[in-house]
Amino acid sequence: MAKKKLVLVGNGMAGVRTIEEILKLTKDQFEITIFGSEPHPNYNRILLSKVLQGDTEVADITLNDWSWYEDNDIQLYTDETVVKVDSDRKVVVTDAGRVEPYDEVIVATGSVPFILPIPGADKDGVTAFRDIKDTEIMLKASKKYKKAAVIGGGLLGLEAARGLLNLGMEVSVIHLAPYLMERQLDPMAGKMLQTELEKQGMTFLLEKQTQEIYGEERVEGLRFSDGTEIEADLVVMAVGIKPNISLAVESGIEVNRGIVVNDYMQTNIPSVYAVGECAEHNGIPYGLVAPLYEQGKVLAKTICGAKTDPYKGSVLYTQLKVSGVEVFSAGDFMEGDDKKAVKVFDEQDSYYKKLVLRGNQIVGAVLFGDSSDGNRLVSMIQKQADISDTMKVSLLQPTGQEAGASLVATMTDDEIICGCNGVSKGAIVSAIQTQGCSSVDEIKACTSASRSCGGCKPLVAEVLQLTLGSSFDTKQQKEAICGCTTLSRDEVVEEIRAKGLTHVKEVMFVLDWKTEEGCSKCRPALNYYLGMVNPTGYEDEKESRFVNERMHANIQKDGTYSVVPRMYGGVTNANDLRRIADVVDKYEIPLVKVTGGQRIDLFGVKKDDLPKVWEDLDMPSGFAYGKSLRTVKTCVGEQFCRFGTQDSMGLGIQLEKKYEGLQTPHKVKMAVSACPRSCAESGFKDIGYIGIDGGWELYIGGNGGTHVRGGDLLYKVKTEEEVIEITSAYLQYYRETANYLERTSAWVERVGLEHVREVLDDKEKRKELSARMDKALSVIEDPWKAIIENKKLKKELFETVVTS
Amino acid sequence: MVNKNISKVLISSLQELPERLGKTFHVGNMEVAVFKLSNGTVRAIENRCPHKGGVLSEGIVSGDSVFCPMHDWKICLEDGLVQAPDTGCVKTYSTVVEGEDVFLLIE
Repeated sequence: MAKKKLVLVGNGMAGVRTIEEILKLTKDQFEITIFGSEPHPNYNRILLSKVLQGDTEVADITLNDWSWYEDNDIQLYTDETVVKVDSDRKVVVTDAGRVEPYDEVIVATGSVPFILPIPGADKDGVTAFRDIKDTEIMLKASKKYKKAAVIGGGLLGLEAARGLLNLGMEVSVIHLAPYLMERQLDPMAGKMLQTELEKQGMTFLLEKQTQEIYGEERVEGLRFSDGTEIEADLVVMAVGIKPNISLAVESGIEVNRGIVVNDYMQTNIPSVYAVGECAEHNGIPYGLVAPLYEQGKVLAKTICGAKTDPYKGSVLYTQLKVSGVEVFSAGDFMEGDDKKAVKVFDEQDSYYKKLVLRGNQIVGAVLFGDSSDGNRLVSMIQKQADISDTMKVSLLQPTGQEAGASLVATMTDDEIICGCNGVSKGAIVSAIQTQGCSSVDEIKACTSASRSCGGCKPLVAEVLQLTLGSSFDTKQQKEAICGCTTLSRDEVVEEIRAKGLTHVKEVMFVLDWKTEEGCSKCRPALNYYLGMVNPTGYEDEKESRFVNERMHANIQKDGTYSVVPRMYGGVTNANDLRRIADVVDKYEIPLVKVTGGQRIDLFGVKKDDLPKVWEDLDMPSGFAYGKSLRTVKTCVGEQFCRFGTQDSMGLGIQLEKKYEGLQTPHKVKMAVSACPRSCAESGFKDIGYIGIDGGWELYIGGNGGTHVRGGDLLYKVKTEEEVIEITSAYLQYYRETANYLERTSAWVERVGLEHVREVLDDKEKRKELSARMDKALSVIEDPWKAIIENKKLKKELFETVVTS
Repeated sequence: MVNKNISKVLISSLQELPERLGKTFHVGNMEVAVFKLSNGTVRAIENRCPHKGGVLSEGIVSGDSVFCPMHDWKICLEDGLVQAPDTGCVKTYSTVVEGEDVFLLIE
């Protein structure tokens, strides 16, 4: 059978992607010819901003190199533009005068940048940001000129601005709307993005309409409609794109904003198809890459005569990473009318998450600061997931793996995991099964999934886990403590004990660490294990401590610290409060806040001031920074409360005095309540105590944080002596068996409540554990005092040197 | 071309630099993190992580790398490059040790 002639007009991402899909279905049905106006093979336009930013070269963003065309017997004409599709004669005509017959023709002419029709738009130094040529103009300009103005504060404009900033230019972004990326973000996220980018050095002129670009031959500045102006010697117009429909218009193909196509990407003319940014489906021309790939799949099947589901439009989503700022939006993300929002805003860590719901359905989302939930949310929106059974806030903060894992499991093979490169779940599964991929990196090399923005890495990992199932799990079962070794925590601790190892360096040397000095994961872990095994002999290594535990204060995002003085059981007095107030005045401490653990936190203390602040406070360290006993929260109890059946403050203070400064695998929080109303929230602590008539209930493994877990009732006891002995034995057993950075909640689930109870039921073991605890406690000293008294340490750790 | 003026600033004595810890120096309006590695060499970089501006002088030092205390980005002290999977780089400064004196070379 003679091959049919297939012509693709437009050598870009959507068109070539369609050809790739066709080649997957059939290798010999078509004789393929591709025309492209640019002199390059198909490249990843999305990554142009990286070329501009200097991270990448043009060659690295090429998707299909010259040999791909040859290998697939594709005739490629670059630098040649098709000027007409003559559907009567069934030929296309190019600007080089070539006449190429076709049986089927795909129009994938993409879009053209929208150039503002203002005076001066044609001056030298004014460019769009669309292709390699534009990028080269900008790179060249940055070498000679200093001031750049980017018109348009949308996705493209901001990427251009960031690139120009990297190239050493001063960059002003001019935007018509009152906040950035208004087509993808809500005002809140737009403003947060602006603040972040201003910190990086961008200047913003919002609600400004550019009226004129002035200058002689080359641009010299911009004038706005309000009469103001700025100087600029490079102007990048990034105000938007519009479908490139000139060929279609010329050829009599039906257009609206884009080339009008049906659910099978067919135009009104038989055998003429359109795909990608030039096409308009159901009134929408799409300008992002994921929909184009979905369209490409449908079109490939249509052209090959295979059965296909119709294209039904795409959920729009955007994931942007400008210099570390993660931004994500999807679907219908503005609340109002019948749409209501659920929002989480963390000013401290600068993140913001919003879900938009219509009744029980998620219809849109905006994420700022952390977009790792993006893929999951897109999928929920696509599926129009019903969330009536789920706690709304937990959608924004899924606990554990369940949420994500079950989602990947319910995805069909067709569903896209990697939106940037259009890789489906099925393609990844097949790479695992037929090509033996067993890591995210191997899958990336094999399928391109997660190659571009990397946002889908967690999903790829889940597909791996699902596909490999138990074999993947068994591999994981023995978990090395970090990449520097193959040994697990238990093996390392066993070796430390057996060989009597005494230093971090010695452990790494004797146990054949792959790195000479370890990493930020193993060093603090080894430091802890060594101290746990040999509490009285081991000298803590401050170089292997995280900043907070080395500095004995909590570092904040601006490099200042917060200070929490000890306040046993959350009970204070006038003297302490007065001293705190004096310190706040003296050191001009900007924020004083009461913590969740009933303490007073002083924020914004300068590093150099820390030892002086501690000295003036004259209170012990509250260990708010430590993998240690943090706080014992108490309710007021029988001393004042009419319901109190026990002295909760008394027990709380006693516990806190006994265990303060204890080093543990992760932080430990306690609470003592005097009755089952549990006003101190004893059920959500590593160990919580609830007073009952004639005794105490002990709850363990509770957690109110990332992994919410109600505590398990361990024992009911009668006396405070029993409370203390059990607490000692329980905490010591946790210290000896938990992984470093494993909270009691995770530890109890891993080893089992029954197991913990069995150990503690054994009176002999309980005594031994309790005795080892007392030994560990015997060497603890107040770190603040130790530093105040040690000049060398003070200088080494807290001094900032100013030279002129 | 612009002529570069390089000035040599005495910042510390060698023994006053703690080993495998960073120290913060303000030189003019720059903030520089200076590290004495376990092999005795001195390295200096801009004291701001390219990710979210974390103070690198407080990071854990391993070999010739420092881990940012904010989000654990690993940065090479030799060339300032952020290590995979993260990307970016920080400015590095040359240092000269003459006897006990440690100098910073500033352009």
